[in-house]
Amino acid sequence: MRRIRTISFVAAAAALALTASACSSSSGGAKSSSSTGSANLTWWHNGTTDPVKSLWAQAAADYTAAHPNVKFTVDPIQNEQFKTKVPAALAGGNPPDIFQQWGGGQLTSQITSGKVMDLTSAVSSWISELGATAAGWQANGKQYGIPYDLHVVGFWYRKDLFSQAGITAPPTTMDELNADVAKLKTHNIAPIAIGSKDGWPDAFYWDYFAVRECSTDVLKQASKDLKLDDPCWTKAGNDVKTFLATNPFQTGFLGTPAQQGVGSSAGLVASGKAAMELQGDWELPTMEGLLPNGNFKSQMGWFPFPAVTGGQGDPAVALGGGDGFSCTTGAGPSCADFLKYLASPAVQDKIASQGIALPANPASSSKLTDPNLQTISSYAAKAPYIQMYFDIAFPTAVGQSLDNAVADFFAGKGTPQTIIQSVTSSGSGGK
Amino acid sequence: MSEARVTAGMADTIPAVAGDKTPGRSGRAVKAARPVRPSGRRKRLELVLLLTPATLLFAGFVLAPIALAAYYSFYNWDGYGPLTSAGLSNYTSAITGSNFQHSVGHNLIIVGLSLVIQLPLSIGLAMLLNRNLKGRALLRLVVFAPYVLSEAITAVVWYQMLQPNGFVDQVLISLGLGSQVHLWLASPSLVLYTLFVVITWKYIGFGIILLLAGLQGVPSELREVAALDGASSWQVTRHIVLPLLGPTIRIWIFLSVIGSLQLFDLVWIMTGGGPAEASNTMATYIYNFGIQKQQYGFASAVAVILFIICFAFALAYQRFVLRRDTEGALTRVVG
Repeated sequence: MRRIRTISFVAAAAALALTASACSSSSGGAKSSSSTGSANLTWWHNGTTDPVKSLWAQAAADYTAAHPNVKFTVDPIQNEQFKTKVPAALAGGNPPDIFQQWGGGQLTSQITSGKVMDLTSAVSSWISELGATAAGWQANGKQYGIPYDLHVVGFWYRKDLFSQAGITAPPTTMDELNADVAKLKTHNIAPIAIGSKDGWPDAFYWDYFAVRECSTDVLKQASKDLKLDDPCWTKAGNDVKTFLATNPFQTGFLGTPAQQGVGSSAGLVASGKAAMELQGDWELPTMEGLLPNGNFKSQMGWFPFPAVTGGQGDPAVALGGGDGFSCTTGAGPSCADFLKYLASPAVQDKIASQGIALPANPASSSKLTDPNLQTISSYAAKAPYIQMYFDIAFPTAVGQSLDNAVADFFAGKGTPQTIIQSVTSSGSGGK
Repeated sequence: MSEARVTAGMADTIPAVAGDKTPGRSGRAVKAARPVRPSGRRKRLELVLLLTPATLLFAGFVLAPIALAAYYSFYNWDGYGPLTSAGLSNYTSAITGSNFQHSVGHNLIIVGLSLVIQLPLSIGLAMLLNRNLKGRALLRLVVFAPYVLSEAITAVVWYQMLQPNGFVDQVLISLGLGSQVHLWLASPSLVLYTLFVVITWKYIGFGIILLLAGLQGVPSELREVAALDGASSWQVTRHIVLPLLGPTIRIWIFLSVIGSLQLFDLVWIMTGGGPAEASNTMATYIYNFGIQKQQYGFASAVAVILFIICFAFALAYQRFVLRRDTEGALTRVVG
């Protein structure tokens, strides 16, 4: 039995109430004066560990070297804190000049604050270099953020465990995947690891079944009107149900986290205790963080989510997203120019060659050295459409409701219909 | 059992109890000094100097957030745009929501289990540790040690031990109890009780220390007299020790209930309220459904409900149960 430090509403309310005063002191004033062209830009990013942390520090230093009048206050912030810090900062008087931006419905909510800079005209001359990727950072036809990397979700697998179970090639259809799951089980290998404690890894399955069942037009429409009327959405839920019935996951998966500790789903695959995991391309660096001296890297392979028989969706469509940055309205013109620099080959090549992620700029894809990232990159390049993970694509409340509903479904609570209702009730359901 | 220092009710109680004797003395001083004007002014200056910082802090960090939470609870707000009026809808959708009802239910289950299991266990262990045992100091230390750990550390350690094939499972298997291995944290029907065991492990030491202190206050003469009169040791316990422990037990119940109602850290780290919302408490519910979904108005409404429940309990308990224990400290105007 335990209290939150003060009675809990105080914490909740204080977070709201102190917004204005707290933020005005924290970001330290990054005002640009257009008359002199000098600026000091405060930059919030989520690269709290290397190699990303050094990459951004270097990028800021290099940019300052080339533009001596632009200086940076670089502020690495733990990923989860962005959910609460950014709303507070945008509501307050003095937000950071540059902040981490995942696009989608979250971005749409953020621009209602009026503090996110419209970059459309500043980037119009070069944004096409990024291809279709940049669309995820648009709202109402305007560009509000610039991605610096691209993410694609797919199956990571252990080549050694596959050959132990006598599987010669990665599955391309759900039937093959189910057969492989059965084979792995007979060899006492946990077929698929999943971090259901965190919820969002569960949503990847529902998301991908929806992407396979629904046509691209239906997918695109869903993010616009949040109406999941097409029967394909129900089919996705039924597919999840059928798949869960094959018991493909490790024992006690409902209590397993995705990325924390060697007992996490990433750790289980890295240590060879499970054969597959449906995760983003970020999985390798995650595993290295958990098992720094593991020799798993040479054993890892990647294959796209299998085709679903009878689905309306193009099997080449991928599920993914990316990371980017937005500027706030007080940042001045140097901010957009800096984001252009981050999206240019000078920085993008490093993102690719250091294996940090798939570069947002396709021109740098050739610099990828890791064979798995090369595979993912070419899959993404061929994809006719990349559906943004629904929890990001939908407004935050709706996306979180969806994740909750799918996680509940994985734990045996709810129906395919309750998952759909979590979206169509605009996030007010499930209370 | 836990301390609940910052609840509204306790904030009044603690300084008042602590200063139990002083007010009487200063009261006389005031009476004696009344005719002399400058001294009265000095007294007032003293009060202003000493009370202002605390009052300001209390108003700024406790009262103002309460008022703001109440205000926000009548609006919908996602953190960015303007507030839109919501009337009572945040309250009605919380109260009628099955997940909220379950969360309240989970809190009540923890409260109930604490009273039924932790309290007798604490009293028993405290009485045992109050005897002249060999290694008593060491035993007391061992029992109290978990309470010193931070809640986050406790949660992470137990979380690791309760993983499938983890430490707990291995111990059960090596004891020949392999059939008793369960999915401690992954089973929706079991998870709340697993958490209760961890909570008990963590907070039993606090209850024992509290009760040990209470036992020190039981005069040994009374026991001796009872023994001379031929009372059995059970009769001594039942009719002398337990009644004299009454005030300590009552304050333990108060702290325990308030702590149980506000349970958060341990649950959040170990399960996040899952699986399938089976271990949500009111506080994790606020975080899950309010903060993470950026429905701050709704979060405030649930927080206000939690506040009302805690506050009502605290007031009622102090009025009806603790009245005798705190008489003089709370019920009389001092100074």
